[in-house]
Order: sequence, then C-alpha cells, then structure tokens
Amino acid sequence: MGKKFNVALALLLVASLALTACGGVDQSQGGSSGKQVLNLTETQEPPGLDSSKTTDTVSFSVLNNVMEGLYRLDKNNEPVEGMAESVDISKDKKTYTFKLRDAKWSDGEPVKAQDFEYSWKRALDPKTKSEYAYMLYPIKGAEAYNSKKGKADDVGVKALDDKTLEVKLEQPIPYFLGLTAFATFNPLRQDIVEEHGEKYATEPDKMVYNGPFVLSEWNHNKDFQYKKNDNYWDKKTVKLDEINVSIVKDMNQKMNLYSTGKVDFTSLGEDYVDKYQGKPDVYQHNEATNFYLQFNTNNEFLDNAKIRKAISMAIDRKTLTDKISKNGSVPAGALVPPAVQGPEGKSFRDLAGKEYIKHDPKEAKKLLEEGMKEAGIKKIPKLELLGYDSSGAKKDQEFIKEQLNKNLGIDVDLRPMSFDQKLKLESAGDFQISYAGWGADYNDPMTFLDLWVTGGSFNRGDWSNKEYDKLIKKSKTNPDFDERIKDLVKAEELLMEEAAIAPLYYRSQLFLRQTYVKDLYTHPFGADFSYKWAHIEGK
Amino acid sequence: MGRYILQRMAYMLITLWVIITFTFFLMHLMPGSPLQNVEKIPEELQEAILKEYGLDKPLPVQYVQFLGNLAQGSLGYSYKYDGRSVTDLLMQGFPASAQLGIQSIIFGSLVGVLLGSIAALRRGTWVDNTANVISVLGYSVPSFVIATLLSYYVGVKWGILPTGLWGSFQHTILPTLSLSFLVIATIARYIRTEMLEVLGQDYMKTAKAKGLSRTASIGRHALRNALIPAVTVMGPLVIGLITGSLVVEQIFAVPGMGWMFVESIQVKDYTVIMGVTIFYSALLIISIFLIDILYGVIDPRIRISGAKE
Repeated sequence: MGKKFNVALALLLVASLALTACGGVDQSQGGSSGKQVLNLTETQEPPGLDSSKTTDTVSFSVLNNVMEGLYRLDKNNEPVEGMAESVDISKDKKTYTFKLRDAKWSDGEPVKAQDFEYSWKRALDPKTKSEYAYMLYPIKGAEAYNSKKGKADDVGVKALDDKTLEVKLEQPIPYFLGLTAFATFNPLRQDIVEEHGEKYATEPDKMVYNGPFVLSEWNHNKDFQYKKNDNYWDKKTVKLDEINVSIVKDMNQKMNLYSTGKVDFTSLGEDYVDKYQGKPDVYQHNEATNFYLQFNTNNEFLDNAKIRKAISMAIDRKTLTDKISKNGSVPAGALVPPAVQGPEGKSFRDLAGKEYIKHDPKEAKKLLEEGMKEAGIKKIPKLELLGYDSSGAKKDQEFIKEQLNKNLGIDVDLRPMSFDQKLKLESAGDFQISYAGWGADYNDPMTFLDLWVTGGSFNRGDWSNKEYDKLIKKSKTNPDFDERIKDLVKAEELLMEEAAIAPLYYRSQLFLRQTYVKDLYTHPFGADFSYKWAHIEGK
Repeated sequence: MGRYILQRMAYMLITLWVIITFTFFLMHLMPGSPLQNVEKIPEELQEAILKEYGLDKPLPVQYVQFLGNLAQGSLGYSYKYDGRSVTDLLMQGFPASAQLGIQSIIFGSLVGVLLGSIAALRRGTWVDNTANVISVLGYSVPSFVIATLLSYYVGVKWGILPTGLWGSFQHTILPTLSLSFLVIATIARYIRTEMLEVLGQDYMKTAKAKGLSRTASIGRHALRNALIPAVTVMGPLVIGLITGSLVVEQIFAVPGMGWMFVESIQVKDYTVIMGVTIFYSALLIISIFLIDILYGVIDPRIRISGAKE
C-alpha cells in the first residue's frame, strides 16, 4: 500500500512538472539590442477584430493600430490622411471623392477603393448584424439598407476605379472626415473575409493588415503582440519595432507591474492617485464623455426650471472631482465636453465662451424658493436619485445626496441599480432624477445636443422646448457650418438656462506613462490609443 | 464496488442537471441582454441579433434546446468573443488553472503533513507553536489577501519573483503559495491532532516494543493512520482551492478560467455562463467523488460498508 501511495504521488509530481514545462517563455522582457519595445496592459483581450462587427474599446484600439481607414486621428485629434491621399468635397458638401494612395495590405496586395465599398456595405448589410452600423448612417441610403428598407446598390458609396472612392451623404456634416477614422469605416479584403467566414479575425493569421502594425502573436486571454508592418505606406514614421500587451485585470497588479518596470503605460487606479500625485509620469486623458443629472419633468416638483437650476447650483462639482472621484475629471458647467471640437481646431467650449452653471448655495436656495412659489408647492418633497451600483458611482451619488440636503434641505433617497436595471427603469420613465453619462459617437457637439429634442429616445425626462427643437433640426441639414455652430451654441445655452440637465463633470482617465515613452497619443473619440508615432527615448 | 460507483455516477448526473437547470433560469432572470451597446443600436437590429442567438424564443424552449445541444456535447459560441466556442475558451484557460490547482494541492499537502507531524512530535515546543500560528493564519486569512501581500512584498519590495503574469515556472510560485496556505493550514491541523492520538495508541507501543526504530514506527504506522482524516478534508479543500483560484488568478493576471466566471455574468454572455458553471460543477462533483473513492483505498472499512448499501 505504501508503495502505491508513493507511486501515485510521484506520478502527480511528474505531471505537474510536465505542465510547468508547457508554460512558455517570458515575454515581458524588452529587447536589449536597441530595439524599440513598448509594454502595455489591457483589462481584456480584444473580443472581436472584425471591424464591421466590433463594439468594444480594446478592439477599437487594436484595430486603430493594425488597420487604417481613409483618415486617422493625429495628436490633436484632427483627421490626417491615411489610405486617402486627397479628397475633393463638392459645393453642397454632400459628395466626397477620395483619391487613394498607393498602399499595400500586409500580404502585399494593393489597397483598393473596392475594399472600402465592400467593407461599408458589409457593415450595413442587415445580415451582418453590426452593432455599430449606425455610425455609417450619414451616408446616403445607409440607414434604409441597414433597416431593410433599401437596397445595397442605393447606398452612397462607390469605387469609381481602383483608386477613387465616391461617397454621397444624406446631409452635409462637418465631421465626416474624422468619422472615416472610426473602425467601422476601415477597408476589408473580401477574399480574406470570405475565406475565413465566422473565424475571420479570430487569430492573427486569419486577417490581413494595412495599418502601422500587424498582430504577430495572440495567446488568448494571456497576451498579444504587435510588430511593425513592413508593408505600411508610412513605415518610416513608425519607430516601435514591437508592442507587447498583457491582459491584466487587477488594479494592484497593474501598479506592481508598472513599478517594477514590466509595463510602460497603464491606467492609474483611484487608490493610487494620491501616491502618484504630482509625479511626471501621470498622464491625464480627457474623454469626450459627460456625466450629469437628468430630471424627469413629469414630476411636478422637477417640472419647474428654477427648481431644477437650484438643484444644479447646489452641487459643489469641484469637491466632487478633486476629493471624491479623483480620476482627473473636470467639473462641468455645461453639456458639451471640452474635447469636442468646433470649426478650425477650436473647441466647442471656446466658441461657447462659458460654462453656464456655477456652484452657489445662496443663489440656489433663492431659486428654490422662487421656483416653489411659481409652481405653488408648499413643502419640499422627498426625492429619489436613480444611479449606478458601481463603487465609484455610489460615492458620487452619496456626495450629491449630502450636497442637496446641506444646501437646499432636500432629502434624497438613493436608488443604485445595475446598468441594465437602471436602463430599464429610465426607458419606462420610472425615475425622478437619474445620474447618467453620455460618450460622444463622433467629434461634433451634435452627438450630445440631439439627445434632448422632444421625443428623443434618450430624452427620458421628457424635457421639451420648441426653440431648441428648431435649432437642432435646422443644424442637422444646414450646409453653412459657421451658422450651424452658432445655432448649436445657442441650443446648449437654452438647455442650460432651462436646466434640463445638471451637468456634473467631464470625465477623464488617469494613466501612468514612463517618461521615456514619447508621442503615445490618446483620443477622446473612437479608438483610445495611437502607437503610430510612439517611440522610446532615454530609457 | 462497481455497483457503488454506478450509483454514485447516477447521483452525480442528477446533481449536475439540477445545477444546470437552476443556473439557466436564474441567469435569465437577470435584467438586460448580451447586447453591449444597447442604448444606441436600432431596435430592429437588436431583435435580429437576439433572434440569431435564439433568445427570442420562450425560455422553456431555449432550455430544451440548450439541453439538446449539451447532450450532443456542444456548449455553443460565446456572444461576446466573436467566432469563439465556449469549449475553446474553457480549454484555453484550463492548463493554467489546472497547473495552479495541482501545484497548490501537492505543495500544500506535503508541507501540511510535514508541519503537522513535526508539530505533533515536538508538541509544546516553539516548533509546535509556530506551526499553530501558521495554521491559524492560513486558515483565517483569505487567499486574495495573501496574494496581494505576496505580489507587493516579494514582487515589488524585494524584487525576488515576478509580481504577476504567466510564462515561466517562476511566475507560478507566488500564486501557488497564495493558494496553498489554506491547504497547509488545514492539513497541518488535522495531521497534528490525529498524530497525537495515534502516538498514544497501543499499537505504537507494540511497534516500539518489537524493536522498530522511531522513524520506522512513525513512518509506517503513525503517519499512515493520521493520513485518513486528512484525506476526508480534501473535498472541502479542493472546493476552497477552486473558488480561491477565481480571485487569485485575477490578482496575478494568470490566464486561467477564473476571469470567465465574473465577466460572463457581467456581460450576460449566457453560453459562457452555462459553460463555466457546468465545468466547475462537474469538476467539484468529480473531485468529491474521487476523494470518496480514495478514502476507501486508504481505509478499507469505508469501502466495505459502502458496498453493503
């Protein structure tokens, strides 16, 4: 018996050794031969690299670096020519004729205008069931085709020859070039997509690349690796030879890897903000995302604009961002975040010239009294704040509750919910005040402003203003972009005066970036990161 | 014995079926759907996607379909990870998780037995006290706390081992240690108690009287008999290890299966939720079964009484 036991034990040991041997090689070490290597983390692996179907931030980032659309976003988030060499825009700003440059796919085939036509129509094909197909809706006939009301042939994208792509839009919009940098607008090779079918882009060798890098390795849920693409048209600009990305979910682990030099760039956890405060490697990434309180105007108390404004002014946003959320977010006094651009590289905020809401408890108290008199309400009712159940959001919500109680004497019940549950309640109009956020789909104030038109599916508080609706409607088709932006500024002012929402903060994210990492850009729209220009210097 | 095993197998299948059924219906009670960008997708498209997943059908129909596919050995495709089958996902994570589990249980048992025996033999000395402290700590401090501390102190402060990630054997040391603390503590406690009892038994005196050396009598008689109760706690220990590994894997960024548990529930990746649940349940049920069998091997009395039933 004793022998048997020993043998069993020995076998188990051998088995464990054998498993150990399967472990593979440590890839976290950078090369020593002067190679340019960047080490990163992601919280998950890219769930899908099929550019027509993908929906998540990790995949968007990967695609932005291994693929290239007609344009790509540069350091200042301005569109610069990618696959397109030049563009000719018609007078009515509805027809774009792109001239493609001589670029190659990673397998040496030329990139053709047909690759774009194929890709865009594939994304719009109802059979593809692309969740981001709506990004293509500015194109003529796109929405109709996608919702089975039109034909593929009527979609306004056409390869005139191998190097010329003609795109017709439904309406003139100022942000179309920037939009072509978005993943759904990437070109696709019909032969490769059809060859792999369902398995397209599930492994590095089941796709082809036309961007600055190629995916060279992909150990699912462990790590993946980029290598410089030798067939990229602008390869002389690309300095990095290799990028290693490890999948790390745990915040402490990210920090440990960063402080032991295993990774060069990673997100900074909120528990570590104090530790790294003021250090040169903290990098703030401003998103085009706004968080705000949405009021349900079907509630008698909240139907009054003065009362809503009082609530808005009662909240000390600076304390909220600096002491509570501590993620670099900026206090918001308006709807459209500073990252959103207007014409000629100016931000929409600069054009608007001001933030509308300031923290002023005295004025708030006065407004509340006036508002209650107006509405004929004698007693302040108890209010309910619908919010998220994540730990970060809960802290924010607690703070708002405390502020309203202290500054206005309003008693607030918190109602934290899971994302889906909250959505369900909001859609049903079953809320009084809701803590919510919105991220830009494209680089234009319209992505925020058209939410609040009467009957809009996100206007869940049913706020309604005829003047506002008129301004938005006009701007949707106005080819005079200067006038359009002025109208949009006016619209935002209206929204703020009536306090349809109470803006809280423009969200930011903090990262740690080793000081020897240069020119790694982050973008508030579409993909988060660009590695095309990044390089290592002075390591 | 053969009949006993068959009977147990039947019970195992029933248990598994009950778990599957409960999980399936509970999972569909969660609000929301597997669609990620639900706020922005046009409604017709949402319906089309749900139809593709078969989620438009009534729940009982979905349930029967699911069981049918399962009977054919298919767990389906992940909703979140395009073109990847649930079996693929599980198999990709399995080697790392299995390696971690096996290393922890072997290392933990060996150290546990050693520590427990020494503590019993040197009862009342500082060795015994130290072993006691280790046992209490290992038993009461959860593995994720140990993991976080090890990663920070051994990895960052002292720089001896990698703080995390996966690759070489070195990467496995800290996660293995974190997980094996519980095993060490539990086994050591049981071995010590049993050893003390066994050492006072008459047959130990006989062994000594017939001239066996101390080492031989301890090795051949005392330890063998002390091992029996230690094996009984293997079941709960394995469960502890598996649940512990879910968190410890995340802390050390081990590419195992643990992440799938939490993530699939968060994003309502129904097929993955079911796949992970079935896999882990089967693993637990089979472990318990094997331990029961092992118990019979070590202590023949159990086997006989089992067969009589």
